[in-house]
Amino acid sequence: MIPVALSVKDLRKTFGSLEVLKGISLDARQGDVISILGASGSGKSTFLRCINLLETPDSGEVRLGDEVIRMKAGRDGKAGPADRRQVDRIRSRLGMVFQSFNLWSHMTILQNVIEAPVHVLGRPKADCVAEAEELLAKVGIAEKRHQYPSHLSGGQQQRAAIARALAMRPDVMLFDEPTSALDPELVGEVLRVMRQLASEGRTMLVVTHEIGFARDVSDRVVFLQNGLVDCEGAPRDVFGSAGSERFKTFIARHATH
Amino acid sequence: MIDLAFMGDTAQALLKGLPLTLELFGVSALAGLVLAVLIAWMRSGGRVLRGLAGAYVFVFRGTPLLVQLFLVYYGLSQFPEVRHSFAWPFLRDPFWCAVLTLSLNTGAYTSEIIRGALAAVPAGQVEAARACGMPAALLFRRIIAPVALRQALPSYATELILMTKATSLASIVTLKETMFVAARINSETYRAIEVFLCAGAIYLALNVVLARAIALLEWWLSPHLRRPPDALPGLDTPLDRAVGLEGPRLSGAPRP
Repeated sequence: MIPVALSVKDLRKTFGSLEVLKGISLDARQGDVISILGASGSGKSTFLRCINLLETPDSGEVRLGDEVIRMKAGRDGKAGPADRRQVDRIRSRLGMVFQSFNLWSHMTILQNVIEAPVHVLGRPKADCVAEAEELLAKVGIAEKRHQYPSHLSGGQQQRAAIARALAMRPDVMLFDEPTSALDPELVGEVLRVMRQLASEGRTMLVVTHEIGFARDVSDRVVFLQNGLVDCEGAPRDVFGSAGSERFKTFIARHATH
Repeated sequence: MIDLAFMGDTAQALLKGLPLTLELFGVSALAGLVLAVLIAWMRSGGRVLRGLAGAYVFVFRGTPLLVQLFLVYYGLSQFPEVRHSFAWPFLRDPFWCAVLTLSLNTGAYTSEIIRGALAAVPAGQVEAARACGMPAALLFRRIIAPVALRQALPSYATELILMTKATSLASIVTLKETMFVAARINSETYRAIEVFLCAGAIYLALNVVLARAIALLEWWLSPHLRRPPDALPGLDTPLDRAVGLEGPRLSGAPRP
């Protein structure tokens, strides 16, 4: 039995009076690549951001390996993390890749990649530099390591951001629409890197609009609709007969783009 | 006619006031910066701290520096408590009155510059740092402060330039700095053009040096806004032009 890397139970989140997540559960076993699909506003990004507490869920449980994020009720009745240090520790084990890259603009690509391993994990700088150079070579931008993010194309920046997340040696990688901000001709180079990571057996949660990636690369597809899991399963099944009517409509609409 | 020989003598006399001008500027700028950081920190705090800091900025930005200077220099001595306090040796001295006023004044403006710079740090970069597990202090030291510093420099340069000029108000409270000497020579000779042209030129020269120094610092801190190292020498990127960061060119290649 492959151990569960990440387990989410009954996650709920409201923004004001808007209920964005109405109780979502999800288990990712080690090496799973799970694509999370859904129309805009279905709550898929919020779901991902609740996992590493960039958004604070109202209720529910997030477990990474054997560690549950401890929550407590705040003075205003809203939930909050019980232990900030635990949250930081869990975050350091979750690599996150953002839609808009979010590289640190005042640092070179290499500095971006070694920043957190050196200062958060406290690893020796020389080791981190060596590993960072390997990672940058792997994502194909080794020659850009001494340049600044603003000097790179979107696709190169996103690949650098992936290297930055990998440098933390995370247990699970979270991708929040990693190709949505890219020019169409740059999407391929980022997807190629993600396919490679998937084939290496990394555990990945990918919020995406790339139907092809979801169908061909992932082990499991989760389709969110109005804050609930509408249907999920192996791509073969979901894209086949097991998919819901809503999912088929969604796919049909996306295939025309 | 302009009397050039007289102008030369005047310039020499005025330069004797320059050290005091620099001293006023240096001490006030430093104290004002410390104060500004404190105020900016208070503005991110609880309701009471925020209210106090807001009121301070409101008052010191909204009233003329000259009024503030008169209140400190002439006003404070009205209170026997002040005259008998430990601060009196300082507050009876026009130099410290001027430094106090200038610091309080620039502190208010600079705290607003800092506040704006902190607010302008891209939220995504902060989020990326939090997502790596950076604790708040590390996040501030490694990401927020360096990015905010670069955002603040251009406005802070302007504030420092305003400060050098504001030191001339200290002449009114009997400090023998550049402007005081100029006013005295003018009242003795009635050669206003020569005297004040000289005084203006001295402040201008001071500010040229100051502006260049900060532009150099900005250039040095912002390699990410310059053209990439592998660009063709002399090639002007749109980013270069948009940012207008010229700075010293180490390559020596001429720009087209």
